[in-house]
Amino acid sequence: MSWVTKTLSSTIGRKLIMALTGLFLILFLTGHVAGNLQLFNNDGGEAFNIYAHFMTTNPAVKLLSYLTYISIIGHVIFSIWLTKRNKAARPIGYGVSTPPSTTVSSRNMGILGTFILIFIVVHMQTFWYQMHWGEIPFVTYDGVEYKDLFSVVAFTFQNVFMVIGYVIAMVLLAFHLSHGFASAFQTLGLNHAKYSPAIVLIGKIYCIVVSILFASMPVYIYFTQS
Amino acid sequence: MKLTLKIWRQKNASDKGGFVTYPIDGISADMSFLEMMDVLNEELAIKGQDPVHFDHDCREGICGMCSLYINGHPHGPQQTTTCQLHMRSFSDGDTITIEPWRAKAFPVMKDLVVDRGAFDRIIQAGGYVNVNTGGVPDANEIPIPKRVADEAFDSATCIGCGACVAACKNASAMLFTSAKISQLAMLPQGQVERMSRAEKMVAQMDDEGFGACTNTGACEAECPKGISLTNIARMNREYYSASLKSENV
Repeated sequence: MSWVTKTLSSTIGRKLIMALTGLFLILFLTGHVAGNLQLFNNDGGEAFNIYAHFMTTNPAVKLLSYLTYISIIGHVIFSIWLTKRNKAARPIGYGVSTPPSTTVSSRNMGILGTFILIFIVVHMQTFWYQMHWGEIPFVTYDGVEYKDLFSVVAFTFQNVFMVIGYVIAMVLLAFHLSHGFASAFQTLGLNHAKYSPAIVLIGKIYCIVVSILFASMPVYIYFTQS
Repeated sequence: MKLTLKIWRQKNASDKGGFVTYPIDGISADMSFLEMMDVLNEELAIKGQDPVHFDHDCREGICGMCSLYINGHPHGPQQTTTCQLHMRSFSDGDTITIEPWRAKAFPVMKDLVVDRGAFDRIIQAGGYVNVNTGGVPDANEIPIPKRVADEAFDSATCIGCGACVAACKNASAMLFTSAKISQLAMLPQGQVERMSRAEKMVAQMDDEGFGACTNTGACEAECPKGISLTNIARMNREYYSASLKSENV
């Protein structure tokens, strides 16, 4: 295994882990946002609750969820490992440093990521923990009992500060993804005159669409469930 | 032109160092930046003071010896080497801050002089072709497509000045190392050592204490030779494929 650990602990190897976990989390976000669109169903949460039940009980989804946890933890650990090295590479900074023609996102991936991590912790405590181990009321559809996660969602987003917090977190996510999406492909070595401009464009569209969809959920709940 | 220079002065590698301000007058807009430094040093020498030490050699923009972080940019405001930067890029009355490259792998030796031996050691690790080249071969004896030759040449234009490291927020040497790996990986002569080269040069780059890449593109924007980020993607590909396929267990 020595060549594997040697490769993965090199600067390029650590970035490879960042790119692979990042891309997997992008896939996860795509599924997450698509599934949660059922919050807009206006059926008192029936479709959403059935979907939430499926997501917490299906074995294939379980496997994917473990991969997601591993990706989040891996992404965080390797980013800390990389950032420590990167900071150490310039112990004395410049007296004058004008930021060159780089994007705000690309220069602040660590800070954006830290805020997103804080958001994930709060988010998982609010919904994921409640769904698994919290006390959630039950509802019955067609004679089958389901946990009424929708009522938790509806209750949570009665709090305007929660709504604002979620919207801000999604703006930060958009910035993080606006660099992360294309950057992951570059790290994988996928840089081509034909495809790279398309990857950059898709990344920009992706980060805007996903963030707007996610951010609109608490806003929608706030205005429809009061 | 009348200017105020804020220059980093540092006696030796272990000195803490600091900025010293020098007013300077009578600078022509047609002077190169280094000629302006020469004028300052002449004045300092006449006053019996230690002149400002800085690296330079060809002054033609081809050797990669000059450095200087000028007003927040490696090689100053133009995308060129410091020796090819002219005082017409500045205005009368400007304050110009001049600093050495900042990186753990580029220790400051004196004033604005840094030790870029780390780059030499990266080259020594594998940036060569280890075959007897013999005499001058006939033209077109080894067929190389024009596009490939052009691309390899674009990578080979890297003069190893270290502006990429100086510009990078992580002091990463990936643009330099990737250009040196690329120029040989694309040509037939470089195939024999292709895998070991990628492994050894990346390992040496890491050993020297350079940071990793965040794909911000600051290096590409500041490189006086316009080395592109496609080199870094190529280096990554070379490194992954070498790690998977080489006999180095």
